[in-house]
Amino acid sequence: MLKEQDKIFTNLNGKETPLLEGAKKRGSWQKTKELLDLGSEKIIEEVKKSGLRGRGGAGFSTGLKWSFMPKNTSKAYLVVNADESEPGTCKDRDISRYEPHKLLEGILLAGRAISASVAYIYIRGEFYNEYLVLKKALEEAYKENLIGKNACKSGYDLDVFIHRGAGAYICGEETAQLESIEGKKGFPRMKPPFPAGVGLFGYPTTINNVETIAMVPDILNRGGEWFASLGKPNNTGTKVFCISGHVNNPCNVEEELGISLRELIEKYAGGVRGGWDNLLAVIPGGSSVPLIPKSICDTIEMDFDSLRAAQSGLGTAAVIVMDKSTDIIAAIERLSHFYMHESCGQCTPCREGTGWMWRIMRRMVAGNIKPGEVDKLLDLTTQIEGHTICALGDAAAWPVQGLIRHFRHIIEERIVT
Amino acid sequence: MWSLQRMLRQPLSRALALSPSRLAPLTARKFADQVQAQPDNVELFIDDKPVSVPPGTTVLQAAAQIGVEIPRFCYHERLAVAGNCRMCLVEVEKSPKPIAACAMPVMKGMRVKTNSDLTRKAREGVMEFLLVNHPLDCPICDQGGECDLQDQSMAFGSDKSRFTDIHFSGKRAVEDKDVGPLIKTIMTRCIHCTRCIRFASEVAGVDDFGTTGRGTDMQVGTYVEKMFLSELSGNIIDLCPVGALTSKPYSFAARPWETRRIDSVDVLDPLGSNIVVATRTNEVLRILPRTNEEINEEWLSDKSRFACDGLKRQRLVTPMIADSRGNLTPVEWEEAIVAAARALRDCPPNKLLAVAGELADAESLVALKDLVNRLGSENACTEQYFPLEGAGTDLRSSYVLNTKIANVEDADFVLLIGTNVRFEAPLLNARIRKAFIHKETDIASIGPKVDLTYEYIHVGDSASIVKDFATGSSSHEALKRLESAKRPVVIIGADQLKTPEGPALLAYTQELALRLQDKLADKEWKVLNVLQRTASQVAALDIGYTPGVGKYLQDGPKVVFLLGADAGVVTREALPKDCVVIYQGHHGDAGAAIADIVLPGAAYTEKRGTFVNAEGRAQQTLPAVTPPGKAREDWKIIREFQIPRFCAAWIQRLPATRLMSSVHLVGGRPMLRLPVRGAIPAFLGTPTSILSPNYVPDCHSSFATR
Amino acid sequence: MKEKEEQFSFTSDNLRKAKKSIEMYPKGREGSAVMPLLYLVQEQCGWVPESAMRYVADMLHIPHIRVYEVANFYTMYNLKPVGKYLIQICRTTPCWLCNSEEVLNTFKKKLGINIGETTKDNLFTLKEVECLGACVNAPVVQINNDFYENLTPEKVENIIAELSSK
Repeated sequence: MLKEQDKIFTNLNGKETPLLEGAKKRGSWQKTKELLDLGSEKIIEEVKKSGLRGRGGAGFSTGLKWSFMPKNTSKAYLVVNADESEPGTCKDRDISRYEPHKLLEGILLAGRAISASVAYIYIRGEFYNEYLVLKKALEEAYKENLIGKNACKSGYDLDVFIHRGAGAYICGEETAQLESIEGKKGFPRMKPPFPAGVGLFGYPTTINNVETIAMVPDILNRGGEWFASLGKPNNTGTKVFCISGHVNNPCNVEEELGISLRELIEKYAGGVRGGWDNLLAVIPGGSSVPLIPKSICDTIEMDFDSLRAAQSGLGTAAVIVMDKSTDIIAAIERLSHFYMHESCGQCTPCREGTGWMWRIMRRMVAGNIKPGEVDKLLDLTTQIEGHTICALGDAAAWPVQGLIRHFRHIIEERIVT
Repeated sequence: MWSLQRMLRQPLSRALALSPSRLAPLTARKFADQVQAQPDNVELFIDDKPVSVPPGTTVLQAAAQIGVEIPRFCYHERLAVAGNCRMCLVEVEKSPKPIAACAMPVMKGMRVKTNSDLTRKAREGVMEFLLVNHPLDCPICDQGGECDLQDQSMAFGSDKSRFTDIHFSGKRAVEDKDVGPLIKTIMTRCIHCTRCIRFASEVAGVDDFGTTGRGTDMQVGTYVEKMFLSELSGNIIDLCPVGALTSKPYSFAARPWETRRIDSVDVLDPLGSNIVVATRTNEVLRILPRTNEEINEEWLSDKSRFACDGLKRQRLVTPMIADSRGNLTPVEWEEAIVAAARALRDCPPNKLLAVAGELADAESLVALKDLVNRLGSENACTEQYFPLEGAGTDLRSSYVLNTKIANVEDADFVLLIGTNVRFEAPLLNARIRKAFIHKETDIASIGPKVDLTYEYIHVGDSASIVKDFATGSSSHEALKRLESAKRPVVIIGADQLKTPEGPALLAYTQELALRLQDKLADKEWKVLNVLQRTASQVAALDIGYTPGVGKYLQDGPKVVFLLGADAGVVTREALPKDCVVIYQGHHGDAGAAIADIVLPGAAYTEKRGTFVNAEGRAQQTLPAVTPPGKAREDWKIIREFQIPRFCAAWIQRLPATRLMSSVHLVGGRPMLRLPVRGAIPAFLGTPTSILSPNYVPDCHSSFATR
Repeated sequence: MKEKEEQFSFTSDNLRKAKKSIEMYPKGREGSAVMPLLYLVQEQCGWVPESAMRYVADMLHIPHIRVYEVANFYTMYNLKPVGKYLIQICRTTPCWLCNSEEVLNTFKKKLGINIGETTKDNLFTLKEVECLGACVNAPVVQINNDFYENLTPEKVENIIAELSSK
């Protein structure tokens, strides 16, 4: 159970003003100059010490990612990924609109760490009001010289721009996001070269999730050790969980990694609709991860490694709860439709495969399949998974694989003969 | 437009960082200042076979080096790597996922498996997905027989379809796009490899193609209906791995396995692009490019590709003589030859004029010049003018592309004077564009402001600028850049030289080039380039033709022999009334229209002929079809005037290869020694020349029985 | 389709905004400003006509096709005119679990239109979209720039009534 004083996002519910005055009261922009003066290496070291893993879904070590940035480069970019589109996830939205200064301070510190001169916040187009709040906060920060030339009087210059997306899930993929900022359609780039080598406008670039960046000021303020003391080894710190679906009180909540799923749902979300026993399955980390049935939900702990061991993943920690009234096939069919709709169309397996998968899923909902088609569908998912430029192919395959893995009997029972 | 070009430069240099060798031209010379310390090669294993390649090479290229071919659709060695078809996935040990061989740079100790189960499964998966929405209309598809998808599905396709959804929701259908009269689109067949898009934006420089929509609805096209206005547009037909883009004029004409393919050389621009002529039943069906790294790489300009339909139209198929009312009337060869021979014989040598046209091959040029010389005249000239002031055409370097086409891409600064390279020599322009994009070469132009598909410094369009440049009195940025360049190139368009200021323009250009040349550290590098307009000009000048007809016309010739001279330089009005015009050529064009005697010749697809391209390279066309009607190979017609009577039959039987083997390059200059002069076998007796006064026509002559 | 042919140009106010947007990107990479400029077009016209795409392309010195591509790729650019209120109903699983279909049906019934259609008075256009990213407040509907959260059929009726009377 996370103690109140260990919380990073104290205004996650938006009860207080998100603007500078309130943010300063909540601890933002207090020691920023001193933190900047630590210099790049010390900041990275501290973040490494904290064990912070990226909060955008992949869970890659943030400190390590920063250390990949070349030291002597004429120009480097920081891109902050606020293109939150993963179904089930809505934490970055709340951080952007309720804690924008945490984000901005984090950007400044992260920018210092990787020696960036310009940072772009890529916010999804639908978040128009959130964009306005962020813009207002940015104007405040510029006005007080917290950001810009000689930010916080540290001698470090950082310009921050907000780039609005326009409705494309794929732009949450880091290289697609770079393309989008460059004014192109969001086609993910091939890697290598990685963005740390050749990124935005051809310069070294680091892309971090909003939540990751917004955690940086607190980590530096309170020390990496403090952060590492929370959660579990290799799964340190706190995480904002988004609990949606069939719960009594859907909400965003910050908790320690490693909290049990049941505790999370019962304590913060008012429990599963109709009681824990009415639970059918949970998608524990946003639409891209395979679902887990109740039997696993009973004991699972919410962290990167535990969920991976359960053949799922923490992803964005978006917990989608489904009770026994759910047509689980239809629930996944909707996700298949989502991936078909959001596939960029660049590479073959995803372009052709997501559409095909959805067509089979749609028939599956109606029971209009032949018994062998379940295996065929499973085979198709493996033909997509791992064969594409970006991870959208994997993300499209996994929910279907999860469904077949755990609910094959339901699919087969429904087949109309 | 220009900022786009700059944008393009950057992502491509990104690609460069990925695989430097991809962009390095295979034929490029290595220049002293270019040779960098070679980094150590990387050793890796492909199917357990060790291979050592420079860092930055892709797995696909490394595999090719040891003869392992990796299937691909989107990858093309002359285009940026897209990596989107996923057909080239291969297993790499210790990598959980298969990797795209076309994009992955090699790493030390990498163990690539191109034959493993994982690799095969990946390829079969991709193939299945590609076929899911492909119409499989191969029986009515023009690509059939030369389709990458068809070929590769033989290896990786399943024998039966798992796509049962075809019974429920069918396949995707995509509206066809209209991109003009040359390229036919059947977009349902498109597999979205984006080669056409990349070609248009990188090579052609006409950024009209793109993808719209996304996911399964993604379409390749122009979004709004638009012609693909590029002089290189036909190349996307070759690039398209499926039948989505096919040739409109060639549609439903033939299957590739029905055609005969003859390697030949194009003559419609001065570059001499290498081509393949595809024929069936003595008809040229289409012309395709043939790879020649030093000239056309693997591209072909639209004119060269699509002009072949003209080979069937408006041809001269029979000898003709103007009757008393001036109408050309078909006659037998014998009659036409005798009439022409008499005119030639009776003409005072100084009143005889031979004019060579744009498409004349070197053999007929030599034959014609020999004929004229033998009649005591030196009046052999070309239609295309070139100033004879100064060095004139004595030195070959003053009328060819000295830098050579391929080397242009190694230039660091190119100055164009009075030439629209894009239309005069499209593939030379493509080279300049390639240098511009891949090697940061900058270009300046003196002349009218035209769209060359790349950014250039427009210095102005006055000839006096060239003078200022030559004398160094100009303070223009372009001159400074030119002077500081390590490998500068100056290209002057020969067309520009026919203006009154032509001689001065050429002289100043030569002076400028000489001044630049003297300063170069690399003494091997050549600065001066003259871009001729026609395929015949360099050979004609080599052989000793005088460029331009001007002064000869003023002399009032009595007999004019036009060898395919159709440019309208010689007109009836310019000739004395009683002048006899003999026209030899293959089309009823301007020359035939003013002729008294017409001798039908062969087009470049119908004869073995030597052409010397703008850079001075001698190449040979091969007969793909026989000339139509009574038309004959050109040099043989001319020889009839000169060969002693009995010899005509003899030379007919002479193998053409024997003739070609006597083409020698002496000092880079083709010297033709025809095996006739003074070499008549004794047993043939004393010959009677057709030109001799006592010649009597013989109905059994070789012509009559041709 | 005559209106399509009309030449588009920014109002002086939007032109100023456009210039500011262009400044967000490095020199020489002004082409990056396609997306903000298309937003401005949409603000001005309510949708993005083809002529405006070309106008934007010419303004940024990039080929027309690059703008067509972008306008087509991103779903938020309306390539056809829409009603005064563009109602976008989230259809993805988290909202669907919370009865988004009922919300959708209420909209359909009350407005008398189907997905992709516009009411005769040109007031409402109904669109189904994928996840709007407000899943803990499901079901969610976006109307123009604003999110309407935790919807029920009753709330939907109120919203329609309120917007119609505005």
